[in-house]
Amino acid sequence: MNNEKPMVLACIDGSKLSEAVCDYAVWIAQRVDVPLKLINTIDHHQETATMTDLSGNLGVDSRDHLLEDITDFEHTKSKLRIQQGKAILQKAKERVIEDGFTNPQTCLQHGSLIESLKELEKDIRVLVIGARGKIHEDKPDQIGAKLEAMIRSLHLPILVAYEEFKTPKTIMIAYDGGVAADKAVDMVANSPLYKGLVCHLVCVSNKDNADDVLEKAANKLREAGGIDIVAASLRGKAEHELCEYQLKQDIDMTVMGAFSHTRLHDLLLGSFTVKMLFNTKRPLLLLR
Amino acid sequence: MPTIVRESYLFLSRFETDTIMAGHGEHTYMLLLSKKQDWLGNIRGDILAGLVVALALIPEAIAFSIIAGVDPKIGLYASFCIAVITAIIGGRPGMISAATGAMALLMVTLVKDHGLQYLLITTLLTGVLQIVAGYLKLGSLMRFVSRSVVTGFVNALAILIFMAQLPELTNVTWHVYAMTVAGLGIIYLFPYLPVIGKSIPSPLVCIVVLSVIAIALKIDIRTVGDMGELPDTLPIFLWPDVPLTLETLKIIFPYAVPLAVVGLLESLMTATIVDDLTDTSSDKNRECKGQGIANIGAGLLGGMAGCAMIGQSVINIKSGGRGRLSTLLAGVFLLIMVVFLGEWIKQIPMAALVAVMIMVSIGTFSWGSLRDLKAHPLSSNVVMIMTVVVVVWTHNLALGVFVGVLLASLFFANKISHFMYVESEKDEERDIRTYRIVGQIFFSSSDKFIAAFDFKEAVEKVVIDLNRAHFWDITSVSALDKAVLKFRREGADVELIGLNEASSTIIDRFGVHDKPEEIEKIMGGH
Repeated sequence: MNNEKPMVLACIDGSKLSEAVCDYAVWIAQRVDVPLKLINTIDHHQETATMTDLSGNLGVDSRDHLLEDITDFEHTKSKLRIQQGKAILQKAKERVIEDGFTNPQTCLQHGSLIESLKELEKDIRVLVIGARGKIHEDKPDQIGAKLEAMIRSLHLPILVAYEEFKTPKTIMIAYDGGVAADKAVDMVANSPLYKGLVCHLVCVSNKDNADDVLEKAANKLREAGGIDIVAASLRGKAEHELCEYQLKQDIDMTVMGAFSHTRLHDLLLGSFTVKMLFNTKRPLLLLR
Repeated sequence: MPTIVRESYLFLSRFETDTIMAGHGEHTYMLLLSKKQDWLGNIRGDILAGLVVALALIPEAIAFSIIAGVDPKIGLYASFCIAVITAIIGGRPGMISAATGAMALLMVTLVKDHGLQYLLITTLLTGVLQIVAGYLKLGSLMRFVSRSVVTGFVNALAILIFMAQLPELTNVTWHVYAMTVAGLGIIYLFPYLPVIGKSIPSPLVCIVVLSVIAIALKIDIRTVGDMGELPDTLPIFLWPDVPLTLETLKIIFPYAVPLAVVGLLESLMTATIVDDLTDTSSDKNRECKGQGIANIGAGLLGGMAGCAMIGQSVINIKSGGRGRLSTLLAGVFLLIMVVFLGEWIKQIPMAALVAVMIMVSIGTFSWGSLRDLKAHPLSSNVVMIMTVVVVVWTHNLALGVFVGVLLASLFFANKISHFMYVESEKDEERDIRTYRIVGQIFFSSSDKFIAAFDFKEAVEKVVIDLNRAHFWDITSVSALDKAVLKFRREGADVELIGLNEASSTIIDRFGVHDKPEEIEKIMGGH
């Protein structure tokens, strides 16, 4: 389990987006030169009853019999789900090998995805996940119900895939001059992932000093070298302008700091990250 | 035996340090925290199960009130209150707590001698003691309660619940016997009917059918209405009408302590059963606090003390209940039914209730334990049976568990004391006798340790090699002193080898025992 190098972890659930997740994971793993692992989890939802018998009586050793019955039932069900999980991972593995990554690891775990990811957190360099799971796979305007909670509970870079893979050539950094955004700029400057790409540093702000701040960040990125920087300053509603810019400039991936405010702030004013998660059509790389 | 006292004191000192460390960083509001899926993860199953459990709780609450010698409404209010409060703040979602037989049995003389108001104030004190136990993390003491004691506990409980039904079955007409048998027949055979068998609770069918028969045929037998008052309003807040004096405390304290202990014991046992059935985990110390708060609530709303119920919790899980919602609804449904259907409940014949309670006692008893008597070691069987005997004799489950745990500890100490032997060899040339001690030396094996030396043999020098021995307490050290003195009196020079290592186990450094390298140092071959 413990690699010397932190890995790229791809969350695979067999939905339509899983292939794109595989492709993006391979793209990152190859550029950063780290191992790649595919994970699928079997969430048993123990809080929900699997069998119901309303006869309401207690017979001889009913406690033991009930335990046996529930165990037998869940045994069969779990066996089936393990097979399904293995098949899903096998398919993903084939896709990854097809993409040119020779040696992916796979991992099938019991329990909820968030719990499993938290346990693996320290070994992960980048997490790749689809914006929608099986339940919402045919509804392109929706995102997974647990996506926000998952991103909040993990403190690592997370790439959220929205549609089929397209090799990123032009990326955009959503920059607001805040602490999280500066951190994101630092990470982009220091990572081999972005070398050779065109990077639009975009700031949507109605403040007067926005251009100065933007220029400073752009210079930092230029100093780091290897990245082609285009700085753009926009006015208006941030999530709206950014998504429009995405389409206009044909941006392949958006990089941004995520969930830098407190829960209370987000509760009252709404979280910008959540708005972006809902509005974007292109993959988001959230840096935390 | 002073040594036993010393041993138990050691356990206590360990808990004290644990609590001091755990006391920080924990806040009371944690009791109100719960996961969304604990409430909403199983809505359909929880609603149906809550209804089934509420129907089953009504006859039980009435029956347990009768055992305690109070009006049925006292048990019914308690069941409502305890179920609702533990649903919100308990540590085990899906577990059913209400008025119970185990607790009712402990209140009998209190109610008889001092009346209802003293029962209510005792219920409050019981709750306070349980909350204290929760904060002291005494829930972890459950690990000293062995499997045999738990089995003895449930068996004794089942026997007591059955015995409590006997007054309803003595000096009565044949109608009562016929109805009880018919009731049991319905309870156990109805579920075999296709479709409806598994969708309508058979105890409910039993109660309805027997009530209809009794009313239709105008059979003159005892009904629930004859047993005392039923609730006609929602419960109201009442401070128990007793003088708050030392005198009162002297009366209620001896009742509150066993009530608190039995309540926590049954609750924690039930929590473990629910844990196993649902393959999930629970917060035992939170459960202790939750039980305490629930009892305080019950006492203030005119209810008797209660705890978790093994039988009802199993019924809840079987009916598809898993979340906190099931427990909450069980309490709410129960209150709605008794307040609005009180006129009907009054007419339920006691025979129907007796049938339901016999079912509960059959379901609570561990029949497998009778079969296991042949396979299990004699010491385990003795522990189990003695627990049952003491409980049935004293009607006090706390005493039974105490005796069971004590016996189990003695048997264990005895078993470990066999892990000791002494080998010796003589160096004829230099006239030296060497004793090599291997194994565990403590209060129970000290005599055997001394008996292994041959004090009659006249030698120049005696060497006692303790490198592979472990001294666990001061009894073993004084046994060694005694042996050394005896040899010296007989004229031998005595040399001890490895005493420091052998006695390192005496020191009460429980904390370090968790570290593998420390255990290796102490328990290894030195």
